Amino acid sequence: MLKLPSRIESVEEAAIKADEFAREQGLGDDFVSAIDLAIRESVTNAVKHGNKFAEEKTVDVTFAETADGFEITVRDYGTGFEVDDIPDPTNPENLMKANGRGILFMRSFMDVVEWSNPAGGGTAVRMIKRR
Amino acid sequence: MSDLNITERQAGDVTILDLNGKVTIGEGSVALRSAIRRLLGEGKNKILLNLGSVGYVDSSGIGELVSSFTAVNKEGGTLKLLKLTQKIQDLLAITKLLTVFDVFDDEESALSSFS
Repeated sequence: MLKLPSRIESVEEAAIKADEFAREQGLGDDFVSAIDLAIRESVTNAVKHGNKFAEEKTVDVTFAETADGFEITVRDYGTGFEVDDIPDPTNPENLMKANGRGILFMRSFMDVVEWSNPAGGGTAVRMIKRR
Repeated sequence: MSDLNITERQAGDVTILDLNGKVTIGEGSVALRSAIRRLLGEGKNKILLNLGSVGYVDSSGIGELVSSFTAVNKEGGTLKLLKLTQKIQDLLAITKLLTVFDVFDDEESALSSFS
């Protein structure tokens, strides 16, 4: 498991590690590109919206090749959120907003994206990309 | 080396920004924002963003393109996009922003569209 500090540089670090791991599994460019985007968006959310850049809180990242495909989990230690409360960025009234597209990208490029509230607090997002 | 290198060229009253690198959260997005603000401060409000050498954009980068578009419009100007990579085109399609931006494949057509 990667335990990363809550800062923007952690996004790049997580993406590099995921990319290395995915390529070790022999995954192709399109697959790796999808994973890259999903991990960048999810770690960004964890750092920014979950832990709110609090240095004492880590972002925990795992990736694994499972029977279902390539699985990523990203956990923060923030106060949590309701995914249904996130406005649809493709609605006309939200189209020109500067933020709010990360979850759309995660859902667009991964086959499974689900959130949970693990014991000990925070939010975990589990994502799977099927081979 | 920074995440995003921006080179400025002038073609008549249109300013072309050639972007090279990543438009992502942090440095890349900030560099784009600063460049647009500087141009607007100099009264240059016809802007063409050449994204042909942008290898990576995330949701923050897409948000920065939207903010740039809005900022330029507010100043009575126009911001258009040139040479989208397939990846960026996909992201703009997913976000339904392809219809918002004027997008061109070649510079000549883009420049003549400003007049």
